[in-house]
Amino acid sequence: MTTVGGSEELQSDQHVDLMLNMGPQHPSTHGVFRMLLRVDGEVVLDAEPHIGYLHRGSEKLSEGEQYNQVITLFDRLDYISNFNNEWVYCRAVERLMGLEIPERAEYIRVILGELNRIASHLLFLGTFGLDAGAMTPVMFSFRGRERIQALFEAVSGARMMHNYFHIGGLKEDVPDNFPQLMTKLLSEIWVDVEECDKLLSFNEVFVARTKGVGAIDLETAIDYGWTGPCLRACGLEYDVRRAEPYSLYDRFDFDVPVGKDGDCWDRYFVRVLEMYQSLVIIEQALKDMPPGPVMALGRRLIRPPKGDVYVRAENPRGEIGVYLVSDGTDKPYRVKVRPPSFCSLSALRHLVKGAYIADAVVILGSLDIVLGEVDR
Amino acid sequence: MLGSLKGMFLTLTSAFRRPVTDQYPNKPRQLEDRFMGFPALTWDHNVGEPFCTSCMVCIRQCPTQCMSATMIDNPLQKEGKSHRRKIVDTFEINLNRCILCGICVEVCNFDAIVMSHEHEMSVYQRNDDRVDLIELLEMGKRYQEDTGWIPPSQRKKAEKEETAVEKASA
Repeated sequence: MTTVGGSEELQSDQHVDLMLNMGPQHPSTHGVFRMLLRVDGEVVLDAEPHIGYLHRGSEKLSEGEQYNQVITLFDRLDYISNFNNEWVYCRAVERLMGLEIPERAEYIRVILGELNRIASHLLFLGTFGLDAGAMTPVMFSFRGRERIQALFEAVSGARMMHNYFHIGGLKEDVPDNFPQLMTKLLSEIWVDVEECDKLLSFNEVFVARTKGVGAIDLETAIDYGWTGPCLRACGLEYDVRRAEPYSLYDRFDFDVPVGKDGDCWDRYFVRVLEMYQSLVIIEQALKDMPPGPVMALGRRLIRPPKGDVYVRAENPRGEIGVYLVSDGTDKPYRVKVRPPSFCSLSALRHLVKGAYIADAVVILGSLDIVLGEVDR
Repeated sequence: MLGSLKGMFLTLTSAFRRPVTDQYPNKPRQLEDRFMGFPALTWDHNVGEPFCTSCMVCIRQCPTQCMSATMIDNPLQKEGKSHRRKIVDTFEINLNRCILCGICVEVCNFDAIVMSHEHEMSVYQRNDDRVDLIELLEMGKRYQEDTGWIPPSQRKKAEKEETAVEKASA
């Protein structure tokens, strides 16, 4: 078996594999992801992911920033779900300081975090439809996502890079008309999610493109370190919000949707069901939200005591972990992030072997990676 | 067949409803009160000078080091018009570096810097995005006029007095 390269003439009976370069600037790679495919006709024989194109050195940069400034870097890790990222970092520092944050702040964090999960999954739904060849769902899902982001703007002042969760609580309380905004938004988002679901989930063409494609068994998925919706699609009911309830998640009543076969369609549908569950959580949280302060810290300079801490949380993409080492100064000594997308992506080679090129695009889309988090 | 028909019916019904897209440059969207545009410096109308004393807190706290400033002795203080001993002389923000995080506003002790509503700031050259004190104050004045800005410390004081009066009356 030889590989085509250079300008040598091919004989008509000669069998060769072709190296195909996919990305970094490719519409289906969800950011700047490059993979080298070795293909035989339409069939992918091997895939070699090249990561690091979006490497910004966030972990190293964190060591030079003060604790409150690091939040802005975490905003930019998984740039689709900013609130969840801020949240896990703030929790890490709060755990290190032994800080209890006010209950109202916790409720607001849960509401915004779950809304961010819906926004992230809506974006996934739209772009996954595009990967599979459906052009319409993205219009519907972006309408819903834009509504959520309008609310984020009203609350935090920014659509995406919020810097709203602070160590010890929140930057400021939500605006006075927050309950009205939320009631209006929730009624709209229920409809939006249902419409997106109706539009894509059981469409015959879409099901034919995704059912049975990129299937992975549970053992292998666990070996690769999969978490989040990708792992749940394989049939394991594992959710950090349930397995190790943080914040207020032990107070809410919600289901953890699981799939069966671990194929692309299951990974997609688990996320759709998760959106409904997030809406259920938000409704419960809105009902119970107490009045009160939203910030536990009065002073600005944050100096946690010496020590280290590992905190994990359920992000829209899976389990994010933050390992934080403090040497007692106002800057962290080490910030290590365990990104969920990276682990999902590591199984890509295993998944695309033997698939068609068009299916490789669908498989990559179903993993729902964000390169800002993979490369950091 | 049923799934695709359902979807087609949905797209058909959506053809008859109002578009949700804003025609941006022709019809800009209403900005939220908390919208964070580029930072700007505020103007103290009571005295006729900037609030900023160039204390460098925001400059030290900025995660991207996008600002610089210098201070001078306040001439108005010598005349007895102002209580500020020092005042800002030059102030420059490189808006290309600014990430609009709002940390400068949080740390300011003098209500001197705000996240304005400015966001349409296209320029022809990169260096044109470096704004100096005069431009920053203009941006700030526009923001103050548009939103009826009251310095946060004054607002907090007023709120405290209000609650105190309420308590006394109760």
